[in-house]
Amino acid sequence: MSTTTLAPVAPPERPPSRRRPPSPVRPHDFGVADMGLFLMCVASSLALAWVIFYQLTLLSGAFGFLIVWYALLLTLYWIATSQVVDRMTATDRVVSVVVVTGAAVILGLLLYVIVWVSAKAIPHIDLHLFTRDQKYFVLVGHNVLSTVGVAHAIVGTLEQVGFAALLGVPVAVATAVFLNEVGGRGTRLIRTVITAMSGTPSVIAGVFIYSILIINHVLGYSGFAAALALFVLLLPLVTRTTEEVLRVVPSGLREASLALGASEWRTVWSVVLPTARSGVVTAVLLGVARAAGETAPLLFTAFGSQVMNPNVFSHPQSALPLQVWTNARSADPILITLAFEAAFVLLVLVLILFVAARVLGRTRTGSRRSRRWRRHDPSILGPFDLQLAPVSSDAPTEGGQP
Amino acid sequence: MHVAADDALVGVRPPVTPITVRTDRRTDDKIFRAVVRAAGFGSLVLLFFIGLFLLLRGLPALHVMGWRFFTRSGYQTLGSHPTFGVLASLYGSVVVAVVALTVGVPIALTTSLFLSEYAPIWSRRTLIALVDLAAAVPSVVYGLWGFFELQPNLVGFSTWLSQHLSFIPIFKVVSPPVTSSLFIAGIVVGIMIVPIITSITREVFSLAPPGEREGALALGASRSQMIRSVVLPFGRGGMIGAIMLGLGRALGETIAVAIILGETFAISPHILQHGGTTIASLIAIHFPSGGPRGIADLLLCGFVLFVLTMVINLVASAVVNRSRSGAGVEL
Repeated sequence: MSTTTLAPVAPPERPPSRRRPPSPVRPHDFGVADMGLFLMCVASSLALAWVIFYQLTLLSGAFGFLIVWYALLLTLYWIATSQVVDRMTATDRVVSVVVVTGAAVILGLLLYVIVWVSAKAIPHIDLHLFTRDQKYFVLVGHNVLSTVGVAHAIVGTLEQVGFAALLGVPVAVATAVFLNEVGGRGTRLIRTVITAMSGTPSVIAGVFIYSILIINHVLGYSGFAAALALFVLLLPLVTRTTEEVLRVVPSGLREASLALGASEWRTVWSVVLPTARSGVVTAVLLGVARAAGETAPLLFTAFGSQVMNPNVFSHPQSALPLQVWTNARSADPILITLAFEAAFVLLVLVLILFVAARVLGRTRTGSRRSRRWRRHDPSILGPFDLQLAPVSSDAPTEGGQP
Repeated sequence: MHVAADDALVGVRPPVTPITVRTDRRTDDKIFRAVVRAAGFGSLVLLFFIGLFLLLRGLPALHVMGWRFFTRSGYQTLGSHPTFGVLASLYGSVVVAVVALTVGVPIALTTSLFLSEYAPIWSRRTLIALVDLAAAVPSVVYGLWGFFELQPNLVGFSTWLSQHLSFIPIFKVVSPPVTSSLFIAGIVVGIMIVPIITSITREVFSLAPPGEREGALALGASRSQMIRSVVLPFGRGGMIGAIMLGLGRALGETIAVAIILGETFAISPHILQHGGTTIASLIAIHFPSGGPRGIADLLLCGFVLFVLTMVINLVASAVVNRSRSGAGVEL
């Protein structure tokens, strides 16, 4: 296969007997006829799968059918395309189908999860959800959904995540500055450790805070202990993303600042961080969004509670993910509905943080400045700019030499 | 203006006077460096403390059980004949992680190929954001979805597997219910680790040098051939690292597994049937119960999980960092 495609480059080695003259292969060309071919393959594989699955082998189950159908689709599509076009294109298109399927599966599942939780929760949501706690829930007896809510969990989550961010963000930014701006011995080790820590099971963070502070009564079960556990989680996440952002800051800015006589901390504080501001904000919000959804670290620290406790420093506190977990494990239908509602509120919170991060991150690192620079970068210039560029960029240096 | 300033300087300054260049740092910079370095090394200290304290507080469990802690399973910590250990949980964690990787890795790799090679340029930012969003969806939400929605739909598939492929031991079902199994938990965890693997492999794939890509295409390779001969070889290190990070994440996934899995301490090769346990779900489910001995057991289990995932993650992140920096991929 490769010899035919190489043929135009090296004519003497070309194999003599080939019916089709080597025409330029364009597997990307995908016209109406190709679309029709694909749809026909979909239809015929569906029919074939039905025959095999339900008529010949008497199998059952939607997932099994999907798998058989998909395998048949790929096979049929490959055979059909290799008959109509050629084998290379056939392989290429089958690979395209597989790749697109993978992406479609994960995006479809994401949509599925979000829509499913929303559909379970939205019909039951009323104002009480945001104003009441679960104080009036009695285990045995007549319960009404409108007497209970998750206000206590919302307050808990906001306080815990807020405190975690308050503690975590300065440390994370300082660590990122160390890794990217100062460097020196240990940088690689710390970078590796940070990456590894960001994959540490979240339950470990809670167990750690429990083992170091709560077991010996330095701190009771409280929202603050939960905030400390979330801090352990937040730190590597924010550090990693912030470091990526700082890496994009053009080194010309740093050098200009240092050359003007500014000290290092001045350069970082007034040049590097402001340039990367939107990226750092994105990093922080993404980290906070992840931390807000974590349940496991709260088990050992916030402990959970059924009543409102706005004091973050003492007594157990609830949080949205924790409330979802405890309510979903109960057998009471009211509590399970409440779990769905809490999950929905949590999902909305995470979505808001996420969208905010993306919107703020869209104003890219020094966007105005980079647009101005682009005019001087010959690699992105159009034909007309090319004539102007050398004059405008070289003029000062030529004039500067006596 | 530049010209004037330079001329003026040249005119004023004697040509050979040596100027002093300060090479020592100023005090404020020394303070700055010290503070920032402290933050950096703080994470090392934190990591060390996590390991140290989990081990210290878990030691009482080791005193009770001795080395049998690693060969027994169960959570009977009260009474005069305590039996507890990590073996079944460790086994369950590994099984869930293997199932998760089997499900997650193909989806993740194809998704990252789609994002870096196939998706139209204008849609990439949005699609990448969506995949990142999948990573931000709380694990408790995945757990709810897996238990209440996915499981009823998967039971048919599990039954189908157990009926038609029961000659393979892992698909055999000895005791009938196929709900709340390691298999279903593994599938949900597999979906959860897709975004993590994708975000790393996508980055590594997009780092494949454009010269080689264009070279392959110019020689007549189709897109899939170009991917096979350029993108995948260049991204191999990153792929391995990403999969290992996904493994670490799958081993430690807590709440989703705890919601789905019906806890039993049997070590059974039949992953389709009801029951099982993982280290993380054991910790989450039993936390306040079991008295001081139980707490120590859970902390020691946490230590085992911590060491396991840390070793995997350290190797993985070393591999990823190396392949990201471009070393080790020269051809």
